[in-house]
Amino acid sequence: MSQSNAIETGSTAASGMKGFVADWSADKQIYQVPWGKAMMWIFLVSDTFIFSCFLVGYMTVRVSTAEAWPLATEVFALSIFGSDPIPLILIAIMTFVLITSSGTMALAVNYGYRGDKRKTVLLMCATAALGATFVGMQVFEWSKLIGYGVRPWGNPWGAPQFGSVFYMITGFHGLHVSAGVIYLLIIARRVARGHYDKKGYEIVEITGLYWHFVDLVWVFIFAFFYLL
Amino acid sequence: MASATGQQHPLGIYLKIWLLLFVLSFFSYLVDYMHVQGVMRWTLVLLLMALKAGFILAIFMHVKWERMALALTILGPPSVLLLLIFFMAVEGNYTESARIQYLGHDANATPAHVSH
Repeated sequence: MSQSNAIETGSTAASGMKGFVADWSADKQIYQVPWGKAMMWIFLVSDTFIFSCFLVGYMTVRVSTAEAWPLATEVFALSIFGSDPIPLILIAIMTFVLITSSGTMALAVNYGYRGDKRKTVLLMCATAALGATFVGMQVFEWSKLIGYGVRPWGNPWGAPQFGSVFYMITGFHGLHVSAGVIYLLIIARRVARGHYDKKGYEIVEITGLYWHFVDLVWVFIFAFFYLL
Repeated sequence: MASATGQQHPLGIYLKIWLLLFVLSFFSYLVDYMHVQGVMRWTLVLLLMALKAGFILAIFMHVKWERMALALTILGPPSVLLLLIFFMAVEGNYTESARIQYLGHDANATPAHVSH
């Protein structure tokens, strides 16, 4: 039988669905990754459910309210140097900043595995700086909306749920970015000090997973909250 | 490829995906900028969103190269959320119709325009 073959030759030999069955039935460690990485993934899956609760909750209140939903394209328009308001421009810049940070993070992971400590630390610090820039722009956006009179219980344009959904979702995401900046700086410092010279650089990949996840969540927020 | 020794891949693939994410984001911004509306807007926004999320997961987060046991742990449980989305959409639509029918809400309310 092919199944017994897979077990005899070791579960790492088989891949795809055969590997899936072999890994789960091998009577030993299921995930062939460092424990820290498996735990980060478990955390990220649980975080997925938290953000999903917010986004599905947002969908439910938006579908169920008979009041008009404010036009995001107008609410988040911004005039630059006295120009006509450009729709969603700040959000677009924030999106590009976050994607740039994801790119620098991916490179940091790559250079980490190559053993290039200097580049890894520099790229991690660049990622943290871009993350801090993102949070700064979000603070600016919040202060604009507070200035317009958007509150969790009401706003000048339509359905009052707009404010509560906006502050809840972007606030929780911003908290994740802020935590990620701190996390990145702590790990970058430890990498620079040579903590992982012997242990290996999986930690950079694990930190990267968290950071990419924050970018991933923004992809959904950008689409559902700002564009649709 | 995926093992305890970690995920090591050529630099080029990261740079290509990085560039691709910029292009996809630019297009999703264009959807709003060009005022694409209706079914076309939903199709484009959701398609571009799925592509971006897929590339981040597959390449940047290395799920493409992970063993099936880990990949299914990551992707399996969240896929049940599609059912929740469906249920809550049905429920939300029912609530809205009840509000219009019994509470006299205006079905064709339009939002106030924003003055900057």
